[in-house]
Amino acid sequence: MSSVGSPIGSPSGTDAAALTAPGRGSFINDPRNRAIFWQCVLVLAVAFLLYSAIDNARTNLAAKGQVFGFDFLSAPGGFDINQHLISFSSEEGSTYGRAFLVGLINTLLVSGIGIVLATILGFFIGIARLSTNWIVAKVAQVYVELIRNIPLLLQLIFWYNAVLKPLPNPRNALSFGAGFFLSNRGLTVPEPSFGPGAENIVYALIFGLLFAFAFRHWAKGRQESTGQQYPIGLVALIAIIGLPLLVFFFSGRPVHFDVPVQKGFNFAGGLQVYPELVALLLGLVLYTAAFIAEIVRAGIQAVSHGQIEAAHALGLRQKPTLNLVVIPQAMRVITPPLTSQFLNLTKNSSLAVAIGYPDLVQIFAGTALNQSAKAIEIMLMTMAVYLTLSLVTSFVMNIYNRRMALVER
Amino acid sequence: MKHILAVITAGLAAAFAASAADAQTLNQVKQRGQLICGTNTGLAGFALPDAQGNWAGLDIDYCRAIAAAVFGDATKVKFVPLDATSRFESLKSGAVDVLVRNTTWTLSRDSSQGLDFEATNYYDGQGFMVRKKMNINSALELNGASVCVQQGTTTELNLADYFRSNKMKYEVVAFKSDEETVKAYDSGRCDAFTTDASGLAAERVKLATPDDHVILPEIISKEPLASSVRKGDSQWATIVRWVHFAMVDAEESGVTSKNVDEMMKSPNPEVKRMLGVEGKFGEGLGIPNDWVVNIVREVGNYGEVFDRNVGAGSALKLPRGLNNLWTKGGLQYAPPIR
Repeated sequence: MSSVGSPIGSPSGTDAAALTAPGRGSFINDPRNRAIFWQCVLVLAVAFLLYSAIDNARTNLAAKGQVFGFDFLSAPGGFDINQHLISFSSEEGSTYGRAFLVGLINTLLVSGIGIVLATILGFFIGIARLSTNWIVAKVAQVYVELIRNIPLLLQLIFWYNAVLKPLPNPRNALSFGAGFFLSNRGLTVPEPSFGPGAENIVYALIFGLLFAFAFRHWAKGRQESTGQQYPIGLVALIAIIGLPLLVFFFSGRPVHFDVPVQKGFNFAGGLQVYPELVALLLGLVLYTAAFIAEIVRAGIQAVSHGQIEAAHALGLRQKPTLNLVVIPQAMRVITPPLTSQFLNLTKNSSLAVAIGYPDLVQIFAGTALNQSAKAIEIMLMTMAVYLTLSLVTSFVMNIYNRRMALVER
Repeated sequence: MKHILAVITAGLAAAFAASAADAQTLNQVKQRGQLICGTNTGLAGFALPDAQGNWAGLDIDYCRAIAAAVFGDATKVKFVPLDATSRFESLKSGAVDVLVRNTTWTLSRDSSQGLDFEATNYYDGQGFMVRKKMNINSALELNGASVCVQQGTTTELNLADYFRSNKMKYEVVAFKSDEETVKAYDSGRCDAFTTDASGLAAERVKLATPDDHVILPEIISKEPLASSVRKGDSQWATIVRWVHFAMVDAEESGVTSKNVDEMMKSPNPEVKRMLGVEGKFGEGLGIPNDWVVNIVREVGNYGEVFDRNVGAGSALKLPRGLNNLWTKGGLQYAPPIR
């Protein structure tokens, strides 16, 4: 630095000396010591806050004669839950612990189905946004902008109240034939009951899936070495659907369908898909799909156009260009933000409480908390569940991401 | 940097410490100059804001009476609407001073929820409401029905008990707030709606066409709706309890909001003690000696409050029934002020 250019006019020599000799000042003025000091203060402050929060909770609990503990989980709840995939009823004396499981399973159910459907829909819309067809691209754009900019809670309430509730009562249910009914009690469908030999169908399905994967692997290898192509899709379809069907007929049709009939207030027999589940799924899937669509579009657009031109120049047609060149590269960009959307969907499923779907928050952090008065224990457990779910999702997606990531040589 | 950190630390510590000590609620209320009362989010007759946004109802008047007793001014009260699932936590955490929110007094709540119940301001019982066109005359015909109920309530547990003991099946559809529950019933999601009989009457009035709905005759539970305070503050508990007793005693002695000034000249020793003309009963509670005068003048006696909010003078037109004075065959009985 020249002394002419310095506006303050301080001799540049002293500045440089101060910067290059950190140990020269007193101990307090040493920036490293100062940094350590403030780090310690921060750690102490956080530790103090944690301590006072725990101590405060303990003091208050003691003052009100309450004991911290998880014994209540084995006490009977005395309430009922409509949607339970494992048995639950006040009649059998189902416990709070059981209610926790029911809530957890309901949360997993809606999150699992939601993630799959939102991913499929999101990919479709994302690709549609890039369509050369003006109408398709615009419809996709309007969808994304409309859904993305309205709060999810409002959408859930809309689906629940405006769309599902005006349906007729069970006595006047809309019938779709074959035992499918739609009413304001939800969708009633025939319930499969499995007779002896039904397990063979499941084995056939698993075998079919394995065979399809093995065939795909083999066919790819053949194609890479010889250039010969095989109908992978057709073979997979026959293996996955045809084989179990064949077994079904040969083992004497062991699966029967219990067709629901209108009786009394409701339907007797059949499986009931509650409107709360349908509304929650609709809301979550449509909302998350809009975000996924944008991620997919960004991912595809991130692939340099030169790559596509190069593929075309090599003689690849549109479909193999997409499958072999564009999508593998786009997935590297798509996967990390996609993980984040999966986490969002799982956490957003707790909005179920607004429309009465019995998820973990509604059942456990709602009814169970209120009836048992174990607020701290229940909130801790509920938070731990969401944390675990999020970490597991991240872990799985990170493994996938590592496999898709660019391997540098 | 140093200052900011110090301020943040001190602020957070203060925030935590403030709720740590269960200080005397009366002193806190007096210092604040306002009572904070936890009430229902909206239940006609008990706690509901009118067109001008002023809260009205039986529970609201109880809160106003406590404010009148403490400050001599029934307007020095703030209402905090609470849903069924958050009411106890709000009281325990100190967000409200007293909970007057049509809450059923039960043993488990009294012993393990960290609160103390004080006085039953409404004796209620649980019933069912159904659509008239279903032609149902008894709750025992509800086998297989879908029932809408508010979660986290005694109602939810009684419902399970009732169907279990009568060997009937049902589908429970539980919602967080009373409003959502009624909305779901109204839109046909459920065949029946269940809550306290007073609540059924209140919600029926609010439905689009009240005449399309009937309340079934069965009362399946005892629901003494009572006020409650945090455990361990006996001074405050006594005040909350005696505000209700004073209103009942005033009705029994014939002291009303209209004649309270004349009654102060009454030769009746019972009335003299009640109105603070003789003795220092109010001061014993830690509040002004003319506390009952203030309650009755600003809010009214129990009979007046009942009539205005849920009785003959209201839209609900509920009979006094169990809530009549003990002298008239009801259960409202208050210990004497002496």
